[in-house]
Amino acid sequence: MPVMDYIDAIRLAMKEEMERDEDVFVLGEDVGVKGGVFTTTKGLHEQFGEYRAMDTPLAESAIAGVAIGAAMYGMKPIAEMQYSDFMFPATNQIISEAAKIRYRSNNDWTCPIVIRAPIGGGIFGGLYHSQCPESVFFGTPGLKIVAPYRPYDAKGLLKAAVRDADPVIYFENKKCYKLINGEVPEDDYIVPIGKANVLREGDDITVIGYSMPLRFVEQAAEELQQEGISAHILDLRTLQPLDKEAILEAVRKTGKVLIIHEDNKTGGVGAEVSAIIAEELLYELDAPIMRLCGPDVPAMPINPPGEKFFLLNKDKVKEAMRQLALY
Amino acid sequence: MKTITEIVVPQLAESLVSATIDKWLKQPGDWVDMYEPVCEILTDKVNAELPSTVAGRLVQILTPSGETVPVGTPVCLIETEASESDAGAQSNAQAVSAQPAASSANTADANDEAPMRNRYSPAVQQLAAEHGVRLGDVEGTGLGGRITRKDILAYVASGAHKRSASNGAPAAAVDPRAQVRSSGIHLSETPRIPKIEIESSLPGRGETFIDVTPIRNTIARNMRQSVSEIPHAWTMIEVDVTNLVVLRNKLKDEFMKREGINLTYLAFLLKAVVNAIKDYPIMNSTWAVDKIIVKRDINISLAVGTEDSVLTPVIKNADHKNVAGLAKEIDELARKTREGKLTLSDMQGGTFTVNNTGSFGSILSYPIINYPQAAILTFESIVKRPVVINDMIAVRSMANLCLSLDHRILDGVICGRFLQRVKDNLESFTLDSKLY
Repeated sequence: MPVMDYIDAIRLAMKEEMERDEDVFVLGEDVGVKGGVFTTTKGLHEQFGEYRAMDTPLAESAIAGVAIGAAMYGMKPIAEMQYSDFMFPATNQIISEAAKIRYRSNNDWTCPIVIRAPIGGGIFGGLYHSQCPESVFFGTPGLKIVAPYRPYDAKGLLKAAVRDADPVIYFENKKCYKLINGEVPEDDYIVPIGKANVLREGDDITVIGYSMPLRFVEQAAEELQQEGISAHILDLRTLQPLDKEAILEAVRKTGKVLIIHEDNKTGGVGAEVSAIIAEELLYELDAPIMRLCGPDVPAMPINPPGEKFFLLNKDKVKEAMRQLALY
Repeated sequence: MKTITEIVVPQLAESLVSATIDKWLKQPGDWVDMYEPVCEILTDKVNAELPSTVAGRLVQILTPSGETVPVGTPVCLIETEASESDAGAQSNAQAVSAQPAASSANTADANDEAPMRNRYSPAVQQLAAEHGVRLGDVEGTGLGGRITRKDILAYVASGAHKRSASNGAPAAAVDPRAQVRSSGIHLSETPRIPKIEIESSLPGRGETFIDVTPIRNTIARNMRQSVSEIPHAWTMIEVDVTNLVVLRNKLKDEFMKREGINLTYLAFLLKAVVNAIKDYPIMNSTWAVDKIIVKRDINISLAVGTEDSVLTPVIKNADHKNVAGLAKEIDELARKTREGKLTLSDMQGGTFTVNNTGSFGSILSYPIINYPQAAILTFESIVKRPVVINDMIAVRSMANLCLSLDHRILDGVICGRFLQRVKDNLESFTLDSKLY
């Protein structure tokens, strides 16, 4: 099985889906001739032509709107937001149109779009290139949201998103692009939306997270193993709908849970996960539910020490995991 | 003083995670000025020179030409003449980084005092109840001596709990530092002295006669029927109501202002009793010779004494009311009783009786069941007494609950459990408990 980078897995998923189904096409800023600012769509323009790898004006609302219209006529668009930070002009299209079309039309119309958007900081991108906007879309019924961490899931979830009959937001972490690599099958497979995945078995503490911070969790778990602390790690993979069963099962295992994400703490995905645990598992908790998230600060600082302070890293994660284990 | 500084691969562009060393421009032994390039590096995006962050002598190359290394990897070492202030900063930094280890060592030492020893998580309590573990016997390895879920699992696996289980029920978790009430207990009203209307005494005789009133007659008939038909049994339990006393003292003035009535302990007791009946519905039943009739509605008969009689008006559907609602009902029934305004419907349908014997100073009583119910419970005076908690003596507000039961329907075990539940309910009132 070939080992590939996270970004290559995303590109492969789009290539395979475009080969499989000629209704699938990509659109976005610089996704055609240039092949994307991160090279995510590199080669698609050459292989499929300008009508299936379509450069658009700098207008995210139009990118989403065009994709929604095409989807309602039976196409399977993959709309790229160059950075998730630029997604907000399109939120009206996404939240008020895409999410509600099936409901509004009493099942007459559907909107099978995929919106890909890179999230996350740590690339000296400052406030316009580092945001994690999951919580903005998270509470919107009608939207599915996935946020893969492993290259295997990056490919499988993107293919599942393309084939899904309803709108799916695909949050890929730009820091993962070249940093995370792993085995990715070359054949046609999907990772079902709505299913979490156990990354590591353990019985002292449970860590629940998604996307990039799971790398720190895995590294910290490896080191804490030396100290005799065994961590159970759950990768949510899908944020909407959350895999409630998997969350409860993972927490039941240890009774101590730490929830981690890069998005800021207040109103984040972790708040919902902890509410689910509190509602269902009070009598099996052995420690207060812990969250380790980005601070409630308006934006990622551009200066390196500020960025370092803002972001999670292995040491912060490890310390939190150790504290929970010692509790 | 000489120090060695590492030169690391910087993050040159977004999403870049590694770089390849192309060519070394400086060799070991060469002098390097600050910002002077030491080598050239290649990446997917850019080719660049890597500048030195310090001035000094290059002592060692760690990454040879042609090798690809992740961002943040040291590629060479440079020896500098550090000034005093720099050296100071360096050792400060070391001190800071050493601190977490030191503080975690402190936490370990603090286990001697074990401030978390008696804080039990829901998981621990559930497991302890499941396996009949007495938490006092378990060694805590968590923060501040806390017993963790794993400690219980290990304890159960070791089989130690079976050896010590002979002492019975798990010890109640009592925090020895819980607030103990400092002021005395006051009964809500002074006991009334009976005033009896006496017929003019006959001269020369040592006795007087009192006419039997209809209500006296009814009481007599009911009492005789109860004691002659029902085989009574009796039991008593002791309850620590310290927290309840604190709670009531906190709320009573506000309650009086808001509702215009007295917030009595009885209201809390009724709530505790009603909730316990819900868990043990057999307490709410009647003996019918060939069957036992269990009543679905919980209607509490409340024994209300006057100077010359006792009546048992009924709080209907007491399980639908909160503490504030019960306090209002109690107030209203007591007032109607004293004013002689009870109607027939106020007196009917009772399924379980509660008597607030503490209101006239009793600490122990043997009540007669309110025929044809299955049991009657009394709430005795709250008195402050020295109590042994975790081998220490504390002053706690204690009260007895006495229960007479129809032994045809009920036995010791079920009544013991029922009383235990009432006790648990009363003891679980805290300063945060809500009236509404």
